[in-house]
Amino acid sequence: MDAVPGWLEVTRAGLRLRQADVWLDPARPVPRAIITHGHADHARGGHGEVWATPETLAIMAARYGPQPGAHALVPGATADLGGVGVSLHPAGHVLGSAQVRLEGPDGTVVVVSGDYKRAPDPTCAPFEPVPCDIFVTEATFALPVFRHPDAREEVLRALAALRVQPERCLLVGAYALGKAQRVLALLAAVGWARPVFLHGALLRLTALYRELGISLPETRAVADVPREALAGEVVLAPPSALADRWSRRLPGGGQGPILAMASGWMRVRARARQRGVELPLVISDHADWDELTATIRELGPREVWVTHGREDALLHWCALERVPARALHLVGRDDEDD
Amino acid sequence: MERFASLLDALGRTSQRNAKLGLIGAYLAATPDPCRGWAMAALTGELRLAAVRPQLVRKLIEARMDPTLFRLSYDYVGDLAETVALLWPDSGPGAAAPSLSEAVARLQSLSRAEAPAVLAGMLGTLDVSGRFALVKLATGALRVGVSARLARVALAEAFGLDVGEVEEVWHGLSPPYLPLFRWAEGRGPRPDAAGQPVFRPFMLAHPLEDPGRIALADHLVEWKWDGIRVMAVVSGGERRLYSRDGNDISEAFPDLLPALAQDMVLDGELLVRAPGGGVGSFHQLQQRLNRRTVSQALLEAAPAFIRAYDLLFEGQTDLRALPLAERRHRLERMVAGLAPGRIDLSPRLEAADASRLDALRRAPPDPGIEGLMLKRLDSPYVAGRVTGLWWKWKKDPLTADCVLMYAQRGHGRRSSFYSDFTFGAWADGTLLPVGKAYFGFTDAELAWLDRWVRAHTIARFGPVREVEKRLVLEIAFDSVAPSGRHKSGLAMRFPRIARIRADKPAEEADTVAAIAALAQAGR
Repeated sequence: MDAVPGWLEVTRAGLRLRQADVWLDPARPVPRAIITHGHADHARGGHGEVWATPETLAIMAARYGPQPGAHALVPGATADLGGVGVSLHPAGHVLGSAQVRLEGPDGTVVVVSGDYKRAPDPTCAPFEPVPCDIFVTEATFALPVFRHPDAREEVLRALAALRVQPERCLLVGAYALGKAQRVLALLAAVGWARPVFLHGALLRLTALYRELGISLPETRAVADVPREALAGEVVLAPPSALADRWSRRLPGGGQGPILAMASGWMRVRARARQRGVELPLVISDHADWDELTATIRELGPREVWVTHGREDALLHWCALERVPARALHLVGRDDEDD
Repeated sequence: MERFASLLDALGRTSQRNAKLGLIGAYLAATPDPCRGWAMAALTGELRLAAVRPQLVRKLIEARMDPTLFRLSYDYVGDLAETVALLWPDSGPGAAAPSLSEAVARLQSLSRAEAPAVLAGMLGTLDVSGRFALVKLATGALRVGVSARLARVALAEAFGLDVGEVEEVWHGLSPPYLPLFRWAEGRGPRPDAAGQPVFRPFMLAHPLEDPGRIALADHLVEWKWDGIRVMAVVSGGERRLYSRDGNDISEAFPDLLPALAQDMVLDGELLVRAPGGGVGSFHQLQQRLNRRTVSQALLEAAPAFIRAYDLLFEGQTDLRALPLAERRHRLERMVAGLAPGRIDLSPRLEAADASRLDALRRAPPDPGIEGLMLKRLDSPYVAGRVTGLWWKWKKDPLTADCVLMYAQRGHGRRSSFYSDFTFGAWADGTLLPVGKAYFGFTDAELAWLDRWVRAHTIARFGPVREVEKRLVLEIAFDSVAPSGRHKSGLAMRFPRIARIRADKPAEEADTVAAIAALAQAGR
């Protein structure tokens, strides 16, 4: 196995460009950071200088306040950080999500995918395959049991359940950044013509998506309508609200709302049970097993590094494919959120 | 099959008892014979399909994919049927999927040699839900959070029957229970179990919340023995021992059966005798369970006996409607005529008031006692847990501060979380494992422990992670006994995590010697 290029430091705390002292998605505040996307386990507040896509910077500003040291890097443009050429390329994960291409002074190209997916998503730019020597991949769903079905079929299934129980409302748990907006776009795509009702925690980022030019269907705040009016309607809320008293006040014809959750984890029964979910919707913003393995085959890197998730299975697959691979065992990544 | 598969899917997604009752009831009302009968057999654990072992299912899938990737998937999902259902290659439209009764018929008539091809053929006609249902059915472990009792309650409610009557006739019938459904739908007479040595449902107790409010004079007070609750059923000279869930465990106790020398149905506690003549530990009793043949040495080392609580039938006479005081009288008479070393009476205790009773509970004279039972003297013997008649009042658990050593992924609801925790205590400056706990914590604490394990892993062995030895857990347990199976020489009974003591340094956790002293104190 090749050694780590001299210009790059790899520890359990993350990846760092030695010369410029720049960290990638650091778990703690640092003077200089490159951020792949806006999810909280990748983008934290309190860094000095930050390099990211304009969308990711806008999301960070919405979450953490103004980012005085922000350097917007549009996809494809290159910045020189201590002799390392840094460019960002769409990852298809959420709006603004990017892979980081690093080209060292020795000519070695390392691509850090961040979180990514290959399935179509109308709310963000699609994943761009970037040729590289070393591909640093996530492994959130890196087990062959994880095969995400067509997300539109999942949404249609949920709407069918609502149609036969119009006295209840359909409450879909979806993460506030990315998943919620993708579900909105999916609803519009399958022909749901009614407004969609949002929990307060989803309002700000949904508005931000629209400001950034993403077309989404009409939404209203749950707080602005009488609860009874929500029977037969679709309500989106963060997953934490599913088990909350908040959800019990929604119309349910005596049984409570139809509790749905949009997540790749819903493929496994126990995960749906743990959430008390009645209608699991397998809709994920991460690559499934087939996408992960197809991407590695497509890129054909000299070496694969696995950041976080179910790395054992992906490492084993790489060994079967005779691709040298190693696990980075990064700390501070929360792979539960999807 | 599709209807049964959707039933299993829906059952798996709800934890509400009423919702489960409704789902099963709707299925039974809408599904024809004999499919619904086979579904009841599957839900109540009475479907036996010997040709398909989990090992066979594993071999089938391992022939179709990389075995390591299968193993890692299984570790994560935590359920064989679900793992195979998710991994089995989807096939396009082809042969029609079998109905539930067709699937059962094919599986029942299988030889071991035919099983792989037939099972694989059926799996190829099904979708993910169908494959899950078929493997669950074939390997005989549904585990969808439905007890046999709940399934029978659902059946009773669906057809407007009394659940006690359903329980009563159930054990004289076999799948697919056609006479039962004929009776349920008013097309036939009530099936009759009289004269057969069948299981009769147990009467159970509620935990006692408020001892001060119990009128002691109206109650029979006795010890709650720490063995296995059994029903000894003798009819026409045929002798059977049934455990709590209605399993026939007679085979494992050939030393005890001859002592059941009268036609009767008797409720009691199965115990073993320690070498000194007292009650042996639960661990010694466990040695005798789940054995087809029992060695002479084991029969002599741990002879079994029954400590009798109640008498349900005397000869062929049903006593269950009589008050406990009268049944107890007849029980005493019955036991007096049986072999004293094999069947004795659970003694009646006297306590003048609640505080003396509490003193008895706290300091029972035998380590084989779990606490007290209080039973209304006028109570009839009714199936299940009826409020206000019988109470159990357990002694307080012991506790020890132990250090987390290893964590393993859980199964079922806990799959993919590190939820099985091995903990240790100090001996000469090193930690020795003293037990394993997988409950006692809330969902929030489980999530916290899972994160802690992931962040403090120092080694991995398949699904097991070794962690840094610095998290103290307060472990509660009912008792602790010497054991050769553990390096520490101790075995805890019913250990659970009482509290996470993240504040306490690991060096201040308990020693093996201190926990062993609790075993001594318990003796």
